[in-house]
Amino acid sequence: MSAARLLRSLIYVKDAWGFRWDKRVKKWNCAMNLYTAEHLNVDASGQDSDSADEGSARGALYESRRKIFPKRAEGRFRRFKWLVMLITLGIYYLTPWIRWDRGPYAPDQAVLVDLANRRFYFFFIEIWPQEFFYVAGLLVMAGFGLFLVTSAVGRAWCGYTCPQTVWVDLFLLVEGWIEGDRNARMKLDAGPWTFDKIRKRVFKHAIWMAISVSTGGAWIFYFADAPTLAYDVVVGNAALVAYSTIAVLASITYVFGGLLREQVCIYMCPWPRIQAAMLDDDSLVVTYNDWRGEPRNRHAKKLAAAGEPVGDCVDCNACVAVCPMGIDIRDGQQLACITCALCIDACDSVMDKIGKPRGLIAYATLNEYQSNMELATDNGTTRINPKKVRDADGSFVDQVRHFDWRIIFRARTLLYMGVWSAVGVAMLIALLNRDRLEVNVLHDRNPQYVLESDGSIRNGYTIRLLNMIPEPRTILLSLDGLPDATMKINGLSSDDGRLFAVSVDPDKATTLKVFVTVPARALPDGNESFSFIAEDRSSHEHDRYNATFNSPEGKK
Amino acid sequence: MAEKHIDELSGVETTGHEWDGIRELNNPMPRWWLWTFYGTIVWGIAYMILYPAWPMVNEATKGVLGYSSRAELAGEMESARLAQGGIMEKISKVSLEEILADPQLAQFATAGGASAFRVNCVQCHGTGAVGSQGYPNLNDDEWLWGGDINAIYQTIAHGVRDTVDADTRISDMPAFMDILQPEEVRQVAAYVVSLSGTPRDASMIEPGKQLYADNCASCHGESAEGNRDLGAPNLADAIWLKAEGEAEIARQIQAPKHGVMPAWNARLSSETVKQLAVYVHSLGGGE
Repeated sequence: MSAARLLRSLIYVKDAWGFRWDKRVKKWNCAMNLYTAEHLNVDASGQDSDSADEGSARGALYESRRKIFPKRAEGRFRRFKWLVMLITLGIYYLTPWIRWDRGPYAPDQAVLVDLANRRFYFFFIEIWPQEFFYVAGLLVMAGFGLFLVTSAVGRAWCGYTCPQTVWVDLFLLVEGWIEGDRNARMKLDAGPWTFDKIRKRVFKHAIWMAISVSTGGAWIFYFADAPTLAYDVVVGNAALVAYSTIAVLASITYVFGGLLREQVCIYMCPWPRIQAAMLDDDSLVVTYNDWRGEPRNRHAKKLAAAGEPVGDCVDCNACVAVCPMGIDIRDGQQLACITCALCIDACDSVMDKIGKPRGLIAYATLNEYQSNMELATDNGTTRINPKKVRDADGSFVDQVRHFDWRIIFRARTLLYMGVWSAVGVAMLIALLNRDRLEVNVLHDRNPQYVLESDGSIRNGYTIRLLNMIPEPRTILLSLDGLPDATMKINGLSSDDGRLFAVSVDPDKATTLKVFVTVPARALPDGNESFSFIAEDRSSHEHDRYNATFNSPEGKK
Repeated sequence: MAEKHIDELSGVETTGHEWDGIRELNNPMPRWWLWTFYGTIVWGIAYMILYPAWPMVNEATKGVLGYSSRAELAGEMESARLAQGGIMEKISKVSLEEILADPQLAQFATAGGASAFRVNCVQCHGTGAVGSQGYPNLNDDEWLWGGDINAIYQTIAHGVRDTVDADTRISDMPAFMDILQPEEVRQVAAYVVSLSGTPRDASMIEPGKQLYADNCASCHGESAEGNRDLGAPNLADAIWLKAEGEAEIARQIQAPKHGVMPAWNARLSSETVKQLAVYVHSLGGGE
């Protein structure tokens, strides 16, 4: 029974993740129970057999996997998914090969995580480790982006863009190409181990492994200059970590995409559980509209001639055959459904053939569904009666609710959108205003000050000039405050002064040992604040660091 | 062991133990557990063959891989040396001035010297090289034996008053308790503190000045500026090593304490001593 199964899956979720599910379970359970009219002791479809005995339906704690042979679907969602697969795989495989000229002092790879030098390059953006909060900001945006998408169009992430879904789709494409479509594959799988079967299987797994290795291989190119690394990997000169990364990612891809497939989504992934909590009554989910489909029957014409009520569902199982998760969407919304919408394509093509309107399986909100169910069952008092939703000529009555796109722009999604954009705008502003020249100062702690032979006091500082652009520069380092103080920089000049020109390397932090000396006559009693100023006169950038000069107290 | 007993409810044989009517089912071990267990046995056998394992009378079996942790250490030391890219060899070859002139060598030597300093020098000079009474502060600009890079190297390499090294820094201030009367010592001490700005009455300073010229100026200089060839400190500046204040100065004149430092070239490699010299020179007082 759909409601029972849903309830079970949600209870399982509650147990496994410890979330507060009770309210939602109750709500969904009521809704589903009501309209499948279990309490009327009327089996709405006449097909569901497991509702008779709840106890046996609970099943064993351990269940062997049932092999799934998804049929290739055709239609608009399938076409959209091909497009998404092309784009996502294209981004993944090709991005490291995009070049981006940054001049002679920085790598020319558009996207590069340079771990050795602790730099992250993304087209025109270069991030130093201390600017890593931009990446944290991107993660916050990714999080809210997922909230937004999920509350609006349900588990679209799962169905279209999740790497697991995309790679499984790719692996299924290969499988279908070699072994044929659903029926051929089932036959092959059940058949004996003939030479032809071995040949096909070896060929299939070889291609899967090739895809897996290139998937692992593409990953490492994000961490080093892609053409150089590609050559090194091929000739065997690359670092061991490169090969082990390829091996680990290749085996994960092969095992997850080729062998485990839907089990990753059902048993391993936490995201389905989390997403279930983010759906609400106005979220678009792939829905079997049983208010127009039931009672389903394979001999609709015969029954109709006999005057029986007949729904649109001809029970052709096309929706089940195409499902990569191996579920029956007619059982209702369930944990295992990744909302890939392939069942919509399958059902639409059948509806086209038999001359019924499309949308027996469609993206719908729970609110629409509930309202239409109330219509079809007289507020749950009768079993589903197709006549209630149809006029005499077969078209839907006016009371049937159809999807209204305005529901996407409700307070909840607008709030997510707002937070998402606010983080994005804040990051953009921060990015445009960030410093590319910084000065950091570390005061010597041991000793805090040194008494010189003429009675003056000297303090030592370690100064880091951060030149965050890939060009060499001359930075003027000067003192502000302590009018009598002079500074000396190790390795730069043996003279004292208050302003020094320091040549700094491109895209590097330059460390200087700086000594500041205040003569005996001008000594502050105790500590006095002053500033180091770093300045690039050509670009008008400057940065200031407030430091402290220590001298002995009560010695003046 | 009791006779074979089958549990009625589960149809599984029991182990035969019974305690207060409770029996234990003799279910087989889980397969994954069993295979993991077999795996560890195979692993153990392979390990015994490949690695040193069995203790014999004199030593343990070597294992076919010939592994030893000593060899591993030697290998790691070698790869660390290689990772330095020959910079150590360069430091041992070039002069100290050349090290200071080359930013890369200077940086390496300063860092290497700092770590050698923490092991060998901090016991007397302190972690911040500030010293204490009797142990010179290496940060300031007062140097007993000279503050340029070569003088610093010479002092570290050969030590101060080292009993073995022939080139060691050595000088000996006599104990003036045998030469001067106690009153005369007090007068000299009064004169010495007056040089660095402490006001004293002329009745002490005048005789003290004369006594200083007669007894002290030959080493410490006419105007008490000190003499680095003799390790005689400047007595007219703000820095006091062995004694601070008139009474302590008088004691130092009567029975001087002398600092001692070992000759480090006998204990450390010449590259390490060079790096130490560069580090000490970098502390701020280097000339």
